[in-house]
Amino acid sequence: MKPGRSRFLLGVLCFGFAFLYVPIILMMVYSFNYSKLVPVWGGFSTRWYTTLLESEEVWAAAALSLKIALLNATFATLLGTLAGIALARIHRFRARTLFTGMISAPLVMPEVITGLSLLLLFITLNQQIGWPAQRGISTITIAHITFSMAYVAIIIQSRLAGTAQDLEEAALDLGAKPFRVLWDITLPQLTPGMAAGWLLAFTLSLDDLVIASFVSGPGATTLPMLIYSRIRLGLRPDINALATLIILTVTIGVLIAGWLMIRQQRANQQATH
Amino acid sequence: MATKDPMVNNAAGGTRADAPDNRPRNLFSNAARLLQSRWQSVITGIPFFWLLLFFLAPFFIVLKISLAESLIASPPFSNLLHWNENGFPSIKVTIDNFAYLWEDSLYIRTYVNSIQIALISTLICLLIGYPMAYAIVRTEGTARYILLLLVILPFWTSFLLRVYAWMGLLADQGTLNSFLIWLGVIEKPIRLLYSQFAVYVGIVYSYLPFMILPLYANMEKLDTSLQEAAADLGAKPVTGFFTITLPLTAPGILAGSLLVFIPATGEFVIPDLLGGGNVLMIGRVLYSEFNANHDWPVASAVAIALLIVLVLPMMLYHRVQASEAERQKS
Repeated sequence: MKPGRSRFLLGVLCFGFAFLYVPIILMMVYSFNYSKLVPVWGGFSTRWYTTLLESEEVWAAAALSLKIALLNATFATLLGTLAGIALARIHRFRARTLFTGMISAPLVMPEVITGLSLLLLFITLNQQIGWPAQRGISTITIAHITFSMAYVAIIIQSRLAGTAQDLEEAALDLGAKPFRVLWDITLPQLTPGMAAGWLLAFTLSLDDLVIASFVSGPGATTLPMLIYSRIRLGLRPDINALATLIILTVTIGVLIAGWLMIRQQRANQQATH
Repeated sequence: MATKDPMVNNAAGGTRADAPDNRPRNLFSNAARLLQSRWQSVITGIPFFWLLLFFLAPFFIVLKISLAESLIASPPFSNLLHWNENGFPSIKVTIDNFAYLWEDSLYIRTYVNSIQIALISTLICLLIGYPMAYAIVRTEGTARYILLLLVILPFWTSFLLRVYAWMGLLADQGTLNSFLIWLGVIEKPIRLLYSQFAVYVGIVYSYLPFMILPLYANMEKLDTSLQEAAADLGAKPVTGFFTITLPLTAPGILAGSLLVFIPATGEFVIPDLLGGGNVLMIGRVLYSEFNANHDWPVASAVAIALLIVLVLPMMLYHRVQASEAERQKS
């Protein structure tokens, strides 16, 4: 490659990653600002972390968000895995077009539409059959499962499309029962995809503000809803502290997962050489 | 339901005479044979039913309410179905809500403005994301995975908090204004937050990874020998780029652009937090129509109209996705 071109690409990378990371880093720096006015530096302090950790409201919201995220990740992985297998391995069934459409639409559907339509469904159901009696953890979880299972399904589908069907076919030819093949051969191949799907569903749920705001009821405030209600009116130093804690936790998690991925990749490369 | 299924007993070691593997072989492909059982209906049935109930049915309810009249009651809309005194059902629908959207120039302006902001943001994302994806693909070894991880990382961290980070940068006394004053470019703070500019920055910033990742996936599989051959035959780099690289990466460009454009059009958080009251975007109008004005029929009509705007790009995305899956199979 010509040096001029590679210098251009290096410049692009530096600019791009600076654009992506400088805002986050600055936000973290200001969480240690003593001043109540976020952008005016008043000396180093951890007082906003103390304020934050003493707030019962924050703890309650974090607990609710974690509960929903765990439930959501588990159910979305189960439903999404089934949907992914259906997409990758069952080629002809009635209403397949409708099925694939319903899987890919939630990925790009604007959140306001998903939120509004699910809220209207819950209200209609409540009038007709009395369920859900009140909106809160159950309605938020159902809403989250509905959009995160689509992400899991896509991960599983692409994983299955990438693996050969030779093993499954060989087992079938040797007389294994379909269920046994599914359980002993297809599922173990899917485990890494299911783990990735679970993690993605977990973070999607922790992250969601708009859909949860629509389908939640009185008394159920998730962490993003709490953050949003506070920052609507401007910058808040305690939110900087909360943001720092959340982002550091997620970053450490992703770095560990990424490190494992790279190690696996290397092991695979060595195995093929 | 699983315990009642005879297939479970079968798999647990029992034998059954009518096991499905004595079907004529050439009738089914092997892959189909694997799931040529009642497991097939279980596997497709459960997620299918879930999506029918919680994804498709809600849209029909939105459609129904968008055709109802607004009432001051609970729920605040009229019933479409009436029973007259002879016991016959009659349906009363109104298109008043859509007419209202059409006649009020504010709504039309909001739709046009949303599409315009989404289109320009998509273009900026492409201009930044394309060379970035290209540079990452060209990086060798472990460094490439680290760069890729750095692109994915913001995608996992909170969307809301990343938008909040820009509030701190763009505020009147924020970092960017202080920096520009320190540089001597400006004398007093300029209005950055709560403007159209801030919304552009927010959308490009939040959706950039959605542009880079499909482009990267597309470029990674690109055969570089074509580009080398063109260079060997004397093509200038610019010619080589426009005649070979660009057409070959078109699927990635399309997928990335749609992944940015569609959600950006209906975006709520970014115009609300960074645009304040100054930027008209449809997601924000829908939210306030429902939550502040409590006008459910108009909010539903806004949602249906937004869907009509987005249905073509969504179908296009679906086709891109399907052909990608098809290509992976072969």
